Amino acid sequence: MSSRLTPTVLLPVLLLVAFAVVPFVATALEQPFWISFFARILIYAIAASALNLALGYGGLVSFGHALFMGLGSYAVALPAFHGIANGWVHLGLCVGACGLVAWGVGAISLRTSGMAFIMITLAFAQMGYFALVSLKQYGGDDGLPVAATSSFGGFDLGSTLPLYGTALVVLALLTWWMARLRVAPFGMALRGARQNARRINAIGLEARRLQLVAFVISGATCGVSGMLLANLNAFASPSSLAWTVSGELIVMVVLGGIGTVAGPMVGALVFLGLEEVLKGWTEHWMVIFGPLIVLMALVGRRGIVGLIALRPKAPRPATPVVASEGGV
Amino acid sequence: MSASLLFVQLLNGLQYGVLLFLLAAGLTLVFGIMSFVNLAHGSLYMVGAYAAALAYAASGSFALAVLAAMGAALAVGLLLEVAIVSRLYRRDHLDHVLATFGLVMFFNELVRLVWGPQPLFVQVPEVLAGTVQVFGFNYPSYRFAIIAVGLLVAIGSYWLINKTRVGMLIRAGAQNPQLVGALGVNIGLLNAMLFGVGAMLAGLAGAMAGPLLSVQSGMGEPVLITTLVVIVIGGIGSVNGALYAALIVGVVDTLGRVLLPLLMRQVAERSVADAAGPALASMLVYLLMALVLALRPQGLFPARRG
Amino acid sequence: MASLRTEGLVKRYGALLVTDHVSLDIRAGELHAVIGPNGAGKTTLINQLSGELPADEGRIVFGGLDISALPVHERARAGLLRSYQITSIFEEFSVAENAMLAALATKRHAWRFWTPMRDDAVAREAAEGAVLSAGLAAHSDVLAGELAYGQRRQLELAMVLAAQPKFLLLDEPMAGMSVQESAAVTELLRGLKGRYTILLVEHDMDAVFALADRISVLVYGSVMFTGTPDEIREHPEVRAVYLGDETV
Repeated sequence: MSSRLTPTVLLPVLLLVAFAVVPFVATALEQPFWISFFARILIYAIAASALNLALGYGGLVSFGHALFMGLGSYAVALPAFHGIANGWVHLGLCVGACGLVAWGVGAISLRTSGMAFIMITLAFAQMGYFALVSLKQYGGDDGLPVAATSSFGGFDLGSTLPLYGTALVVLALLTWWMARLRVAPFGMALRGARQNARRINAIGLEARRLQLVAFVISGATCGVSGMLLANLNAFASPSSLAWTVSGELIVMVVLGGIGTVAGPMVGALVFLGLEEVLKGWTEHWMVIFGPLIVLMALVGRRGIVGLIALRPKAPRPATPVVASEGGV
Repeated sequence: MSASLLFVQLLNGLQYGVLLFLLAAGLTLVFGIMSFVNLAHGSLYMVGAYAAALAYAASGSFALAVLAAMGAALAVGLLLEVAIVSRLYRRDHLDHVLATFGLVMFFNELVRLVWGPQPLFVQVPEVLAGTVQVFGFNYPSYRFAIIAVGLLVAIGSYWLINKTRVGMLIRAGAQNPQLVGALGVNIGLLNAMLFGVGAMLAGLAGAMAGPLLSVQSGMGEPVLITTLVVIVIGGIGSVNGALYAALIVGVVDTLGRVLLPLLMRQVAERSVADAAGPALASMLVYLLMALVLALRPQGLFPARRG
Repeated sequence: MASLRTEGLVKRYGALLVTDHVSLDIRAGELHAVIGPNGAGKTTLINQLSGELPADEGRIVFGGLDISALPVHERARAGLLRSYQITSIFEEFSVAENAMLAALATKRHAWRFWTPMRDDAVAREAAEGAVLSAGLAAHSDVLAGELAYGQRRQLELAMVLAAQPKFLLLDEPMAGMSVQESAAVTELLRGLKGRYTILLVEHDMDAVFALADRISVLVYGSVMFTGTPDEIREHPEVRAVYLGDETV
């Protein structure tokens, strides 16, 4: 990582410091609500960062990442239902299940090109939604309260402060890793596959395998955000797999700055912050937010971090042109 | 499981498939020719359903309601195409997804704002409230009418695509969009027309579905996602593929939901079957899609690309 | 350096025979040029050799190994590298990064998630050497997307060189170049002769006759004649079909 204090390095560090300060400020101002509100932002920042790996670095427009958030939540709620409160079990189940599902979904979806890939990831997430809704003994449509929150020895994620701290640490580590990954061999190869998959294959790297591995890591990491969410809400619901959630994650990544390190954090903060502000004016805030999203798409996709960095960029295809065969 | 029940469910499957086709036809052409990912297609379906519900309540004429639905969907569709969609054709799929996602969220909330979150109730029109005799079995007239309308549209679209000059342009466009533009065809007009026709069919589907399903905010998206599955199975850009796939998906889904739980009870203990049966049934069409993709990623009946 | 041999390669598009039982024998270390009029099927032939297009019939033998069934990336890893007629590079990366990625694939591997790519001494050395050979050392940190056309073609070459191949498949490296640029690339390629086996597809006849050890003439998908530059120059049919009445 560059040792110069460029905006791209400074921004994520400043944000993380700001997030660290929030609980103290909130306690001092006697506004405990802010802690859980910002905890939610941290959780979505983790999910958006995970998506950024697949979408921003890999160019894979996954419209189904809510599937992993949902699975992560149920990875807590289901064992808890059966009396298992061990955090390590929850974590293992979360990462294992999400990784496995991501491998399956990715392997099948990557057989197709960009447009179909989007539709198929959406369809798989919907499938997960229906599967969970039909599990009546686990709450079905109503969702499943978390009987026992994740406990790591004495450290229990059921209380807000430990959860906040954990989420912050996870986000910090993830952000650091994404910064390193960006210029590490895997990250460079993956970003190369996004720009020119044909060339990646022609130099001896297998584009599809790179993308699949990225998708699996992305899914498993996103699952962790779901695990944290279940602990925050003490609740797991199929509605967290709604396709709208997948869309919101994409908006966060793009709004913040697709493919950047700080982008997902910024995007989650701005998205959820704006939602909170607009909700204060009207319950029908989406009537304003929806067109804003359309506008964002029309105007161009540098995102907030892209605008801050202000460096002129080379023309950037966001999705890979050809993922499999070389094309004619 | 009596023969009568099975037959009725089969017809229900056809009816569902026909509705899916109405949505899939427009969607697959927009995907195939303009390469545009239109997630807002479900919103056009919803617009049609609401327009029909309101027109029917106001006028008492279901025919008028259907026309109103198609007109409203066409108007909204053309407006979207001109104002937003046409600016995005040359862009990335991600931009399409973002823009149409924003539109879906907007329309869902707008509808909630104006008409509230409760579903609108649409009565089956009197003249179609009875049953008809199909191969000796009684079947609801209304559902039968949907099948009839759908098949008419299918025949009409087949004629249009395969027997007319416009249809030839469409088929050419699905195989090689750039070439069609280079041949001097007013591609902007063709795109707008295609989008409009797709919107109209979506509106028609919404109008007809009204008496059967709930007319409410967010009704478009579950159907849209199933339509996406249909298109993937059928092959992107192929209207014929959309028809066959829609019928397959409609029948498999409907029969699956009825037969699978029964089948599960035969092979597994009751409590397991009662849990797993409906779960598997709801996943059935997605499993079918996954299977098709694993074996034939280009779809079962693809429009061949040059 | 490796040899490449094709045995009765056939490719059909419907009823059209685009590659007509092509049997080429490229010896290790030689620079073998393939020329032919437009539409002769040169690009289709290259695509079959690189693996981007599956042949309908025939075999491809690379250094004694039958690679007919190998996918693109595995042929590249085996040492068969290809450059593109229409420049195909990583626009958002710098020249050095482009070359390093190419070096990474065949010299090392991409399954590392923490240490920066530029810290890989082996890859960096190979990349720097390639960039130097291609004449782009002064532009090492420039973004590929900002290079001039001729420099992009140079980067195209640098990438195949960075992978330290056994065999170079060059698809019209001089496409769209000015006379001076072509002369520079010709010198570059002359410097590569003997270090790599090269199959050169080119329209630039000056370059072809200056560089080639042997030339194959491809007409309507089949190899009409293979010979030394002198033999080609004198061959009456070749002159008629391709060179016209021009004396080269």
